[in-house]
Order: sequence, then C-alpha cells, then structure tokens
Amino acid sequence: MMDIFLNITSSLFLLIGSFLCLSGGIGILRFPDFFTRMHAVGVSDTLASAMILIGLMLQVPDAIVIVKLVMILLMTLLISPTASHALAKAAIHNGITHKIGKTGESDKELSSNP
Amino acid sequence: MLIAATIAILVVMIMAITRAIIGPTLYDRILAVNMFGTKTVLLISLLGFVMGRPEFLDIAIVYALINFIGVIGVLRYSDSAVFKDDSKQKEL
Amino acid sequence: MKDLFAVIMLTGIYSLLSASFFVAMDAVDVAFTEAAVGAGVSTLLMLVAITITGRSENPARHKPFLALAVVIVTGSLLIYGTLDMPHFGSSLAPIHQHVTPRYINDSMQEIGVPNIVTSVLASYRAFDTFGEVVVIFTAGIGVLALLMVVRRPEDIEKINFLNESMHEKHLILRIVTKTLIPFIMLFALYVQFHGDFGPGGGFQAGVIFAAAIFLYTMVFGMATARRVINQSFIRILAAVGVLLYGSVGVVSMLNGKEFFDYSALASDPVAGQHLGILLIELGVGCTVTAVMVIIFFNFADRKEKSQHNENKGS
Repeated sequence: MMDIFLNITSSLFLLIGSFLCLSGGIGILRFPDFFTRMHAVGVSDTLASAMILIGLMLQVPDAIVIVKLVMILLMTLLISPTASHALAKAAIHNGITHKIGKTGESDKELSSNP
Repeated sequence: MLIAATIAILVVMIMAITRAIIGPTLYDRILAVNMFGTKTVLLISLLGFVMGRPEFLDIAIVYALINFIGVIGVLRYSDSAVFKDDSKQKEL
Repeated sequence: MKDLFAVIMLTGIYSLLSASFFVAMDAVDVAFTEAAVGAGVSTLLMLVAITITGRSENPARHKPFLALAVVIVTGSLLIYGTLDMPHFGSSLAPIHQHVTPRYINDSMQEIGVPNIVTSVLASYRAFDTFGEVVVIFTAGIGVLALLMVVRRPEDIEKINFLNESMHEKHLILRIVTKTLIPFIMLFALYVQFHGDFGPGGGFQAGVIFAAAIFLYTMVFGMATARRVINQSFIRILAAVGVLLYGSVGVVSMLNGKEFFDYSALASDPVAGQHLGILLIELGVGCTVTAVMVIIFFNFADRKEKSQHNENKGS
C-alpha cells in the first residue's frame, strides 16, 4: 500500500517538474526581450529542479542517496538565483535595456534604476 | 515516468542550445548555457536512476558547482564593466 | 571563427557532451574527471589566458592547403588501418580476452578495494600514474618559469589599500560565495578519500579543491587571495605531492620488495595495498591542486601587472 502511494506521489512530482521545465524552455525561445527570458529561466528552472529532485527522493531505498539528493536540492536553491542575479546585474550595467514596459518616459529615467 | 521526464529534459536542452545559437546579445548566450548546465545536472541524476547506478549523483553535484563557477568566471573575464577590478581607476 | 571567446564557450559545451557520452557508456570515473576538468577548470584557465592575449585570432597569412592535404591523407590511412580491428565492444578483442578478466577476477583478493578503476590506476599501473603526476608538476614549473611576476613590497601595499573599496558592490555574491566555499572544499575531501568505493580519487579531488580557490579569487580579488594563499606555500605543496608519491615507492624498495610494491608497507599485504593507495592519492591531490592554483594565479597576475603598468604610464 505504501509502495503504491509513494509511486504515485513520485510520478506526480516528476510530471509537474517536467511540465515546468518545458514551459521554461518554451519561454526562453518565445519571449521578446532579455529580461523576460531571464524571468522565464530563473524562476521555472529552480522550481522544476526542486520538483524533480523531490520526486526522485521518494523512489529511493537507501539513506545515503536521499542525503545526496537533499544536498543537490539545497545547492541548486542557493546557486541558481544567485547566478541569475549576477547575470542581470552585469547586463544592466552594460547597457542592455528592456523593450517592453516603456510607457513614453525617457530611457534615462527607466534604466537608471539598479 | 522517469523516461518521460528524461525525454522532456532532452527537449528542453535542445531548446536551450537553439537560443544559444540565435541569441542576439552575449548575455542571451550566457543565460542559455547556464540553463543547459542546470538541465544537465537533472539529466545526470535521472539517468543514474534509470540505469540503476546511484553513483552518478556525485557527478551531478560536481557539475552543479562547476556550472556556477563557470558562469561567474565568464562574467568576470568577459568585457563586462561591473565585475572588473576598477580599483585602479580610483588611483588616478 | 575568429572570436576566441565564442570558441572557448563551444569547447566547454563539447567537453560537457563528451562527459554525457561517458555517462551513457557507463564509465563513471572518466565522466567525473571529464566534467570536473574539461567543462570547469579548463574553460576557466582558457578564459584567463585570453585576457592576456586578446580576444580575436590573428588573420592567417597564408592558406594552409598543403597541411590540410597531409592531414587528410594520414587520417584516411589510419582509418583504413583500423577497419581490420574487432568491432567496438565485441568480446573477441584481445583486451577482453586476457587483460580485463584478470583484473576483474583478481583485483578484490589482491588489493581489496571495490573500485577497480582506482585499483588499476593506483596499484597495478602505479608507475604510469607517477609519470602523469610528474607531467602535471612540470607544467606548473613551466608556467612559473615563463610567467612569474616578482612583486615588490610597495606595489603590494598600494594594491591592498585600493582593493578594500571594491567589495561593497556585490554583496549577494560575496555572501553566497562565503557560504559555498567550505562546502566545496569538504566535498573535495570526500571525493578524495571515497575514491576507493565510488568514483573519485586524487585527480578529481584536486581539481574540485582548486575550483573552490578559483571562486574565492574571482569574487574577492587577486590581492585578498594572495594574502590567504602564500606564494611559497603553494609551490612547496606542489613539490610535496610528487615527493610523497615517490617516497612511497622508495620505502617499498627499502623494505626489500620492488619499486611501488605496496605489500611491503605493512605486515598484511592487503593492508599494505590500502595504505599505499591512500598515500599516493593524497600526493596526487596535493600536486594537482597546487599546480592549478599556480597556473591561475600567474595568468591573473600578469594581467594585473600589465594593467598597473598602463595606469602608471598613462
């Protein structure tokens, strides 16, 4: 009984994870601007990794493998947003401006926000 | 179910490579390579489970770290203004 | 393709793809080393190198048609020569008839470590691995001989003072790096000592440890990294690694057996093998870490010195 329950929950997590992954992939291809693409990748990537790793954790018999998966999960949660932050900071300082959201104000005013 | 997840991740990796080839600016390409790296970590973990060898998780941990260090390295050593050592300009 | 930066990125992706190949072929140790070295440290070292040389390749002065012809002819002759060999992975190949069964059958009794790759690398073919370690050490010496920058004391003072002001800009990155680095070093030690039972060993552990030091240097600046890791300490560490490896062999000789015969190191032959493998992996790890750090520091130093000279002159 416990087995079937674990199997179904694990499959559910894997399914949600793959769906999020695919939507992130479609986002990076179809969004119009660098910053919107970064939103698509940064948000969906981390959550999809978390879902897939939790789904894998539920399928496993030994303790050491669960510990390693928890480590990968914690590291991904820490590293992935930091990398997005560093990339966005570098992009703004190098003058990449955003294309959507300009409502007629001048460029200087919009792109001087850090 | 594992195999379906693996195929989904492979499809996303192909999408990331497409963006890396088309992307008009340098930062699009760095973003695509970063995404490719994160998906590789997941792919290696899933492949480890599909093939029944949990030793692959060590490779996944190493690759997650290397991906992060690589992105920071590329940002530091490309022509980006914010990460350069601009302490020398204060001397002038 | 003239832009060297794009070439380096493509080389990194290529290393990653070959690491995935090795994973698909079920060769875990090799995939580990390829992921750590090829996709990580190698890409970083090449990026630092192009900060010194410049981003685009010089235009070729003549079209090398003769060289291309020679390469094509030699390549096709080599391919023609291999058509006769047995197919990839077939069980009729000589390596699968004689060499492999002997290792697979006898490794557990003679040496007693579960990971056969480590036992072949560290015990059956220890002399080859000694050669590899000496080659890495020689590469480090070569870089030192060509690129070493001697620092005068007043330069160090000035650069230290100026670098304090750079740190407020990247608060998030600094804090996350400070959290991650002890974990990476601990993981490197885990890989080093766990090489007997799972994928790992000295080479991979050395590379991961060096990657932690690279991260620290890139985020906090060269001057702070120099204060943390002394010049002379890192050179001594490189030499100590090779010496440790060699002295294990010499001690075996002094105890009456051949060079690198580990059963002479303890009363029980299998315990001797374990001790020998532990010590030489430690030596390999030390040397690999130290040489990677030497190469990186020297490349980055040269760039700083040229920037410093430019600013002084202008």
